[in-house]
Amino acid sequence: MSDQHGPDELGPGEHGSSDLPDKYAGHEGEIQSADEPIRNPGLPQHTWRPTDVDPKAERRAERQVAGIFGLAALCAVLFVVSYFVFDIGGSPEDDVPTIFGLGASNVALGGTLGLALLLIGIGLIQWARKLMSDHEMVEMRHPARSSDEDREATIKALNDGLEESGIARRPLVRNSLLGAVTVLLAPAVVLLRDLGPTPNQVAEEADYPGAGLEKTVWEKGMRVVRDVVGTPIRPGDMEIGDLFNAEPEIIFAVDEEGEPILEGEPLLIAKSKAAVVLIRMDPDENKPAPGRENWAIDGILCYSKICTHVGCPISLNERKTHHLLCPCHQSTFDLADAAKVVFGPAARPLPQLPLAVDSEGYLVAQSDFREPVGPSFWERDSQASTTE
Amino acid sequence: MRFLNRSVGRLSRHRRRPLAGLVLLLLGLLLTGGLYSAFAPATASTASDNEELVAEGRELFLVGCAFCHGQNGEGVSTVNGNWLGPTLAGVGAAAVDFQVGTGRMPMAQPGAQNPTKPVSYDQDEIDALAAYVASLAPGPSVPDPSDYSLAGLSSDEREEAIARGGQIFLTNCTACHNYAGKGGAMPRGGYAPNLSDTSAKHIYEALLTGPGQMDSFSNGNLSPEEKRDVIAYLYSLREQPAYGGFTFGSLGPVGEGLLAWVIGIGALVAIATWIAAHTARSNKKKGATA
Repeated sequence: MSDQHGPDELGPGEHGSSDLPDKYAGHEGEIQSADEPIRNPGLPQHTWRPTDVDPKAERRAERQVAGIFGLAALCAVLFVVSYFVFDIGGSPEDDVPTIFGLGASNVALGGTLGLALLLIGIGLIQWARKLMSDHEMVEMRHPARSSDEDREATIKALNDGLEESGIARRPLVRNSLLGAVTVLLAPAVVLLRDLGPTPNQVAEEADYPGAGLEKTVWEKGMRVVRDVVGTPIRPGDMEIGDLFNAEPEIIFAVDEEGEPILEGEPLLIAKSKAAVVLIRMDPDENKPAPGRENWAIDGILCYSKICTHVGCPISLNERKTHHLLCPCHQSTFDLADAAKVVFGPAARPLPQLPLAVDSEGYLVAQSDFREPVGPSFWERDSQASTTE
Repeated sequence: MRFLNRSVGRLSRHRRRPLAGLVLLLLGLLLTGGLYSAFAPATASTASDNEELVAEGRELFLVGCAFCHGQNGEGVSTVNGNWLGPTLAGVGAAAVDFQVGTGRMPMAQPGAQNPTKPVSYDQDEIDALAAYVASLAPGPSVPDPSDYSLAGLSSDEREEAIARGGQIFLTNCTACHNYAGKGGAMPRGGYAPNLSDTSAKHIYEALLTGPGQMDSFSNGNLSPEEKRDVIAYLYSLREQPAYGGFTFGSLGPVGEGLLAWVIGIGALVAIATWIAAHTARSNKKKGATA
């Protein structure tokens, strides 16, 4: 392979450029010009690898490469085998096989697939290093600039085109074209607008409670219940320093036939907007915002759990400072001061849920949140905080 | 009656065996001891025991705790209005057992967070301290092992308890303690500790009392059964093999990304460099030997 550019009899001190293929011969005079104070030494003499000069070594390398590719194929087969052999278990009591305390299926699948890919890579490297030509060669850089003739011809063709189309002479044609292209945006706007319902359409047309960005499922008299277990909460259950992760009762409620009232997508939507944290602090520590003096019960406060930055659920609370921290971007809200932002990228306080106690002594909401929960959005009225 | 006669007769056959006397003696002792403990005036003795324990606890308290918490546990405030040591009225025996039993108290120095240390008191002394602090004002008491044990539940009930505990943990605890209970960073130098080695009793006490910046999860918040389930879930995590492969500390994408970028890509660069630096060369020239 390397025969075409490798005169073996070339000595170490011999001029390098004669080592090059004929197409570079034109540069020879340049290299030898008298302007160069030091003669270009050219490339050093090429030394051969054992596989180039020893047919036995060459055959051995060939077998090695083929063997490595064979192993890669074997690993791929083992991947398929272990996919079917190792159980991943459907329920906790299934005895899932393990290797070194790790799940056997994952170890075997990852190990065999990784090894198969690695062996193909190793085989390619071995092939390139041992058998492919490693002869040094020089390729001269060419200027990126087109020749002057080409540039002139291109500009001329362009000007001729402009001249013949007459776009400069006929402004009516030009302007009507621009107008047509502009109006072509209208179909795009109409089509994109109908890709999904707008928040207002959702709020008007949905057949489940609390739809749209402005409302949640909270309503007057709805009980505040513990998340996961769904049990209602009496103010007496809460000690100072307690934090409850809570949900509206409707999330866990069932109808007369024992079927859940909310399920599927409406349930997820309700949960994602209506989740709250309940916190009880010393009533003296709380500084209620104007108009919210009767929203707390003996130091029990209820705030939306959805961060007003980008909507992560928040419940990292520091009991002593009443600072609620969002784990996503470290927005921090002071729950003793109407959940105002004290740090981080959030721009609005957490919405507060006004609390009351029902006739049976359980905590209930006085109403829905008085402002939209979660992150800001296009249509949100940034002034509205007491809309009923 | 015939059955009784027969079994008495069978027993009677052994009455002259060499061990029979010893067995009889042991039975007699057991009976006497059992009768004594059943009829002894138990209530009176525990009351005076408790008084002794409180007195002993007060002695220990005055030596080890009163400097910061005040001679009567009333707390000591600093000139700028912070607590040097907060008042202990109402924190209960559970808080003492947790703080002293995990080595957090006595505190070596004030700081962002009170770390665990080797425990300075033995369990009897901790019990005495707890009894003294509990005598200051009512507060949560040290939980009984039966409060957090799954003993007596069938295997189905256990699984249900662990699953419910997992949901409660993921809702209430993971925000600070990480999804696998490995702990996490909190503002201003604080941290939520790793729960991998915390004993069931101390987890229960921490839930009851809310140590440091942690919110409390009183029995009105998480019922005793729900606390038990959370603890069962945390214990089940410890026994579980890593089905998903190496956990890298269960820190999520941060740990995995760090390993992939530093060790994974670092190893690739090192191997590429090694490959490029090593080539076997021969002194022979092509065609010279052939």
